[in-house]
Amino acid sequence: MSKTIIIIGAGLAGLSAALQAAENGCNVKLVSPFPSERAQSVMAEGGINAALNTKDENDSPEEHFTDTIKAACGLADPNAVWGMTQAAPELVHWLLKLGVQFNMSGYDDVDLRNFGGQKKKRTAFAQSDTGKQIMTAMIDAVRRKEGAGMVERFSHHSFLTLRLCGSVCCGCVIRDEYSQEIVELPGDAVIVASGGMHGLFGNTTGSLSNTGEVTAELFRLGVPLANGEMIQYHPTTVECGGKRMLISEAARGEGGRLFALRNNQPWYFMEEKYPELGNLMPRDITAREIWKVSHESEVFLDMTEISKEVISNKLSGLADDCMTYLHKDIRKEPVPVLPGIHYFMGGILVDEQHRTSIQNLYAAGECCAQYHGANRLGGNSLLGALYGGRVAAKSACEQADGVVLSCAAQIDIPPVQEIVGTKQLNQAMQDSLGVVRNGNSLLKGIRKVQDLKGTLPLLGLAVLQSAFARKESRGAHWREDYPECNNRDFLKTTVARFDGKQIQISFMPVPERR
Amino acid sequence: MVYKVRIRRQENQKSDSYWQEFEFGGSENSSIAAVLNELNSRSPLTDACGNTAAPIGWECGCMVRKCGACAMLINGLPRLACSTFLNMLKSSTVTLEPLSKFPLVRDLIVDRSFLFENLKKLNLWLESEAYMIEFTHEPRYQSARCLMCGCCLEVCPNFSSKGTFAGAIAAVNGFRILNEEQEISHRNEVSTHYKENYFEGCGKSLACHNICPIGLPVEELIVRSNSVAIWGRQ
Repeated sequence: MSKTIIIIGAGLAGLSAALQAAENGCNVKLVSPFPSERAQSVMAEGGINAALNTKDENDSPEEHFTDTIKAACGLADPNAVWGMTQAAPELVHWLLKLGVQFNMSGYDDVDLRNFGGQKKKRTAFAQSDTGKQIMTAMIDAVRRKEGAGMVERFSHHSFLTLRLCGSVCCGCVIRDEYSQEIVELPGDAVIVASGGMHGLFGNTTGSLSNTGEVTAELFRLGVPLANGEMIQYHPTTVECGGKRMLISEAARGEGGRLFALRNNQPWYFMEEKYPELGNLMPRDITAREIWKVSHESEVFLDMTEISKEVISNKLSGLADDCMTYLHKDIRKEPVPVLPGIHYFMGGILVDEQHRTSIQNLYAAGECCAQYHGANRLGGNSLLGALYGGRVAAKSACEQADGVVLSCAAQIDIPPVQEIVGTKQLNQAMQDSLGVVRNGNSLLKGIRKVQDLKGTLPLLGLAVLQSAFARKESRGAHWREDYPECNNRDFLKTTVARFDGKQIQISFMPVPERR
Repeated sequence: MVYKVRIRRQENQKSDSYWQEFEFGGSENSSIAAVLNELNSRSPLTDACGNTAAPIGWECGCMVRKCGACAMLINGLPRLACSTFLNMLKSSTVTLEPLSKFPLVRDLIVDRSFLFENLKKLNLWLESEAYMIEFTHEPRYQSARCLMCGCCLEVCPNFSSKGTFAGAIAAVNGFRILNEEQEISHRNEVSTHYKENYFEGCGKSLACHNICPIGLPVEELIVRSNSVAIWGRQ
């Protein structure tokens, strides 16, 4: 009998896992509260990194590896990153065969653009809505498996908790959000691909449906959280309808320039301070520089020098968004920007094979901590989701051991939580975990969040305590009370674990390169 | 200016619907989605008469016109709440209702599962590797942008969630598959389903003209899909 793999989340990582598991002959149950078209992956704009070397720049997967590890400030698993960067060119070619409408150059070369933290053109893209275009082709491919009866979708269903047999996972419990019916799903393995912890903050660039509740429930059950404090601020975002709207890094990749006003003159502070990469420094550094300068002057992103052809062929979505939401024509005027929370490098602790601490439970995509360490390169999130989903599914299909058939499952459904307190949680998280942090503000946040009840505040507390324990500055985690990077004590993964009573923080060595 | 926001409410499929009115005094640049978020963040939420109201049920995700979750009737027209702004409306009263062509779940939430089932019935997937010719790159790209929000079906006189007619969504999404598929038998299969579930049901009313919230060239994609699936032009 073929194995049943349950996948929680139908964004890019979930679809990638579903395709791989179906390819391996497993039955897939794909659970998501919304259809794939609503997933946060469709919001990814700039592109996907792969050393395709179509621009005669002598690029290689090895250089992609080096840039990723460097941006991660040593916290990413080098073996996992090696696997991802080696696989990237093949993955992009595979996407082309699935029908992704990448921008092309010449006869049949995939066009590549510059992206932050990388000197060579390495980011494949479809205008400025790469995520949407990749998702459409992936949805079409999964639909084929649905047609063949290998993938069954549970749309409008949310994850409630795991089905456990002792300490082994044997499925999960889900709820139909339309009828409120609770459904028990036995399975040989569960792959969680539920997205980042955006709901802890409420005002990120991410989707409002990426609440972090699945991660929070797993954390309550004892699954460790890794590098929770590593939260990426995207350098260029704008307030929009109570959350942040992203202005893609592609804007700078195609020639957009950051400036502030000094004596009423434009001051191109990034170009002045970082002559080599200028506006395309990695996101952690660019966000911090903007944050610093923003205390003196408003900061602007100037796209007026980008040619009309480039805007209409490569950035049309971005131009439309600025017109609709900011009433700005990027061809004619600069746009005021500020850093905003964009991506969670940290998340569920997984190993190179995407295994969590619970047998038969895997995690992939933004919900897990893999590939990005202390700071993620733009263009590596779509790649990490696609590749990670594949690896997780391969591991699950190989390793799932059929415990599900023989066990009597225990289920511990958490009590239904009142929504009271989300505002206080969001406010405390925002106040304590800014672009720059310090011990006092983190302690204040810890005190406030400690008093709130529920799994989401528990997860918030784990993130705050992780940030408090990392008494150094590295990547996205910048402590003004500990401004130095301390490799002796902290070139390590932060691990937060809940033992049923309290949260323990420890530091674990990063795996060595084989 | 204070806007009156009238919302058609219904607790579940079986209960009766009723109108509830709220006041919104925020910026005229606010999107309807921002208005709904603001109302739901009030605690307690009270209606214009001062009665306590339950949080308003509606679906949203990206807030920037990329996910299609927040489609609803705004002053009678199907639009996305995230990209419809108060200052675009002709009056200071905003009327919000759920899309009428889909089974109601709660308040402004409807069950659009039918849309996704239809694409499955049409066998909209590739059996071969995609054939990617530069000549049709742009329409294929447009085809892949569809949000599956359902606005074009809401206005369609031929569409009902009880029938077999899949509506403009079939033609919009069908094009990339019809254009890219290299395996003739599968393309023929898709064409047959397309004829039955789209072409023969379409009354050519063109009600779907100029309604797509992201401005997809719906008619062009219908013409292109018809051209392959019905008239056999490759």
